[in-house]
Amino acid sequence: MTELLEPRAIGRDTVRRDGEAKVRGTATYAIETPVQHPAYVHPVQATVPLGRITGIDTSAAEAIEGVVAVLTHENAERLASTDDREFAVLQSDEVAFRGQVVAVVVAETSELARQGADAVEVTYAEQPHDSALRVDHPDLYKPEKINPSFETDTAEGDVAAAMATAHVTVEETYSTAMYHNNPLEMHATTALWDPSAEVPLTLWDSTQGVHPDRAAVCEVFGLEQEQVRVICPFVGGGFGSKGTPHAHVFLATMAARAVPGRPVKLGLTRQQMFSLVGYRTPTIQRMQLAADRTGRLQAIAIDVVEQTSRIKEFAEQTGVPTRMMYASPNRRTTHRLAALDVPVPSWMRAPGECPGMFGPEVAMDELAERLGIDPVELRIRNEPERDPETGKPWSSRNLVQCLREGAERFGWADRPPAGHREGAWLVGTGVASSVYPTMRQATSTARIRYEDGRYVAEIGAADLGTGAWTVLPQIAADALDVDEGDVEVRIGDTRYPIASVAGGSSGTNTWGSALTVAAREFRTKFGRSPADGDEVSGDVDQASKDDAHAAYAFGAQFVEVRVNVDTGELRVPRLYGVFGAGRIINPRTARSQLLGGMTMGLSMALHENSVWDTRLGQVANHDLAEYHVTVNADVGDMQAHWLDEHDPYVNVMGSKGIGEIGITGTAAAVVNAVHRATGIRIRDLPVTLDKVLTALP
Amino acid sequence: MKPFAFARPADAAEAVATVATEPRAVFLAGGTNLVDHLKLGVARPDLVVDVRRLTSREITDTADGGLRIGAAVTNSELAADRRVRERYPVLAQALLAGATGQLRNLATTGGNPLQRTRCVYFQDVSTPCNKREPGSGCSAVGGYTRYHAILGTSAALPDPTAPETCIATHPSDMAVALAVLDAQVQVLGPAGARTIPFAELHRLPGDDPSRDTVLEHGELITAIDLPPLPAGARSAYRKVRDRASYAFALVSVAAVVADGEVRLALGGVAHKPWRASRAEEALRGGPVADDAVRHAMDVELTTAQPQPGVDGGNGFKIPLVTRTVVATVRDLTQETQA
Amino acid sequence: MRLTCTVNGSPQQVDDVWEGESLLYVLRERMGLPGSKNACEQGECGSCTVYLDGTPVCSCLVAAGQAEGREIGTVEGMATEESLHPVQQAFLDAGAVQCGFCTPGLLVATDDLVTRSLAAGAPPEDAEIREALAGNLCRCTGYEKILDAVKLAAQRMAAR
Repeated sequence: MTELLEPRAIGRDTVRRDGEAKVRGTATYAIETPVQHPAYVHPVQATVPLGRITGIDTSAAEAIEGVVAVLTHENAERLASTDDREFAVLQSDEVAFRGQVVAVVVAETSELARQGADAVEVTYAEQPHDSALRVDHPDLYKPEKINPSFETDTAEGDVAAAMATAHVTVEETYSTAMYHNNPLEMHATTALWDPSAEVPLTLWDSTQGVHPDRAAVCEVFGLEQEQVRVICPFVGGGFGSKGTPHAHVFLATMAARAVPGRPVKLGLTRQQMFSLVGYRTPTIQRMQLAADRTGRLQAIAIDVVEQTSRIKEFAEQTGVPTRMMYASPNRRTTHRLAALDVPVPSWMRAPGECPGMFGPEVAMDELAERLGIDPVELRIRNEPERDPETGKPWSSRNLVQCLREGAERFGWADRPPAGHREGAWLVGTGVASSVYPTMRQATSTARIRYEDGRYVAEIGAADLGTGAWTVLPQIAADALDVDEGDVEVRIGDTRYPIASVAGGSSGTNTWGSALTVAAREFRTKFGRSPADGDEVSGDVDQASKDDAHAAYAFGAQFVEVRVNVDTGELRVPRLYGVFGAGRIINPRTARSQLLGGMTMGLSMALHENSVWDTRLGQVANHDLAEYHVTVNADVGDMQAHWLDEHDPYVNVMGSKGIGEIGITGTAAAVVNAVHRATGIRIRDLPVTLDKVLTALP
Repeated sequence: MKPFAFARPADAAEAVATVATEPRAVFLAGGTNLVDHLKLGVARPDLVVDVRRLTSREITDTADGGLRIGAAVTNSELAADRRVRERYPVLAQALLAGATGQLRNLATTGGNPLQRTRCVYFQDVSTPCNKREPGSGCSAVGGYTRYHAILGTSAALPDPTAPETCIATHPSDMAVALAVLDAQVQVLGPAGARTIPFAELHRLPGDDPSRDTVLEHGELITAIDLPPLPAGARSAYRKVRDRASYAFALVSVAAVVADGEVRLALGGVAHKPWRASRAEEALRGGPVADDAVRHAMDVELTTAQPQPGVDGGNGFKIPLVTRTVVATVRDLTQETQA
Repeated sequence: MRLTCTVNGSPQQVDDVWEGESLLYVLRERMGLPGSKNACEQGECGSCTVYLDGTPVCSCLVAAGQAEGREIGTVEGMATEESLHPVQQAFLDAGAVQCGFCTPGLLVATDDLVTRSLAAGAPPEDAEIREALAGNLCRCTGYEKILDAVKLAAQRMAAR
């Protein structure tokens, strides 16, 4: 058990510290880095899904006045490490997926770089490719581990026997679509290679972690950490796609090294992002639920089929939430992958939990319907006392309270009957649970210095719009026991001590822990009246990590859906979420994070769908005109609330992480509401009007 | 982007002459579609001729009680015009259902009907497309067809390699309203001025999917005329799309209901704004109850060819467009009775 | 060409502009005004929204050749050194800013909406706001706080 920080600055709804620069338009993003006389880099992408480059003619591009260099696999530098085949750019004539970069053009302006890229002539020997995911794909295999290091399969008891004898069963297959993170800021890197400088390589990269970014670049180019600096004060969103570097970071570095002393800028286009910066795999989820007549689960199982790329494995941990969500004596989870000729899948907001709370939470609704039990009550009846998977007690688990408070706020008890009609609209309501694990990374260091009468804390963390610039000073202030205004926190630069990636909703938990350790060290060493320049560093305290409890944030989402009786158009006038996510550091930034997650969940439910063209091996709708994300007009009354939750086991702040839980369960709640409105059960996302047409009067 | 020259002629006649003498020249008005296509490499002209200021930006009353809309009038200005809102609600509604405020502020009356298809393959220069590159084939057939045509598609279907094959739709909402209003298009060309009935402006793919309209090279739209609607006529535009706003139509309906007459134009279903003349004929003089409209749409859709595709195809458009027409006509009829 | 136009109230001249470049490119790359963002460069996200002769447009779709002689207003022109524009302040206060990338375009679009609505006699209604800002994609906030910010801005601007 940890004694939590006494909250003084923590819990206050301070205005975002980076906000003024952002509303003034003066916050500088990676591509905007003011550098002298930059050159611009534009990639050339493969137009075949599988094959070899048989010829690459760069002469026309090189003949364009203003083209500085054209790099291909024939002339690009050999990399120190090609173990990661996503990072091993321009190293061979192999094309492993359509859209892979086969050349880059460096030119005086971005327009010229594009023109040059158009002029590069590439010929291919195309080979037959396989990019179609299907549940019976002959090459499905069992990965060794699933992301990041979970067991691939788990089993306890006998699911088949329970299914054969239970009072009620549900056995259905659900699927989620392919999704692209699509942060508003397109991925971009500004790079400078100056061999004469003390730190020869500087990257201004849009990344969720300057230190992990640097580590990858050092590995690939055979550089020492001291030779590379990565800077990233502001990130225009990431949602996981900037959680690991992608090919363009290495291409920008390579281009910079080809024009020593001259900065280069590489900004991907929106279309290029659909093949080069990761995506969430489509998933196929076969669910089995068995229950007795009171609704107690006798079995719960999920068998997941999803895809990865041929050149790099990413195994989405879709079945993981099924392992711990509800009590059941018989349980099974499995994951099987098809390695296809497709771009490399990667992290996207709540990997695992986001797709993995779709099938199970719709199946629970189907079970409730078959049992004639209220779906809120069904979930409450299956509340496990301990983590079913590990047997550990919960650090805190307030799913039931979230469900009850949500039901109260939403008016669940008075919800209209199934098939209720108001004018031209069928009205339905639905519920689903949310969950996300509470994580803290092993490595992060904070440095605190007393400087000009203020406390300056430095940590190489990242703020991708999440609020780190704002909440870290709140935590540091409480840890130092000073006013928030006396603290300045600096992040986003590898000159500051190592920090973990902003991912897994672990940033605040991890960096805040390091800050607290450093603050306590500082006070121990220098007391309350430090001298100018006094400085200490503190690491995340591994000894204080609690392994005795299972730690998760929980939530419940309630949704009202309206379906037009004539056209099937879907509207969501209300979406309420209640979360038990530990202590909220800053209500203003937290609410925005939770609402943003829920909106992305709504977007997943109704809109998002990277339509895979199996013939071409690419996403057909690869721009923001056709890849629909929820717009303002799609949103109605949306509310995010939280419980006053005190968890003494997770970390010294008592925080659980709020960046991802909001997106989990939302899509299931929408599907469940659509069923209540129309009688149609849609098991494949997104829910579009064509899927409900047949149910309309 | 491929380099091109840029001309800013002094008047419309000079613009027409400039384009007419350069085979790879194009007019630029609002730019919302062309500038995008220049960047994507979909449009690769040698010369771009700016006509934004060269045609009228006025909306004037005509002697027959209609309106003449200058080609430079923006979509925002047109939608906000009191006469348009009162006399032609179908047009105002269609305009406001299209794109966003930022785009409607740029888009013009002359340019909007000439926007090109949003077929994802047309916009992707790495894939074959008969419309973009005549003779290269059609990638849409059997591909992502959710936004594609079910009516008036080429006879070569389903052969994706035939040079005639094209299942693109015309994306303009405004054009569907203009089709139902029997608008007239005023055109200035190298051979002088002419008037084209709006219904004849756009083409079906036929044997040349690369041509969207009957305009000859160098012909510039200078104005669009709206004839008056019959006294007591009601009109409306209904757009059905995948988002509540800011999305192209899956299907759309422009309808005019007057005494003994129903006029219907459909969007999202064909290579051009589709005037549902068979359905209109079936409804002429008779009752316009739901059943009658449904029957009329069955007649209209007898030749419909739903397209299979990688995302389930677009067969849903057949019931969807019928349901949308029935609801739109019903609303207008009830409005009339009320 | 030599492009002559007015940006945020000041006359500007830029040489060697190619007419085919976008206005967004000219602002960001040639005039040192990176406040307007590029997030799709095809008019699908609203991040590049600027005033052009008083109406908001997607600057990524305006050819530089068409900007000649016109008046342009960007996010950089909204605040003074001392104080923020009420729309900017409202976005801050309401917590409507997260990653900040959609923010500059939204601020311009909001200023236009609120100004027009107040001129017509009433602050904008919720549904009107949601429709008017449908062209400004935000991936972080979920729009709820943006709605709050617009209403707050309208309230403050009406009181002025």
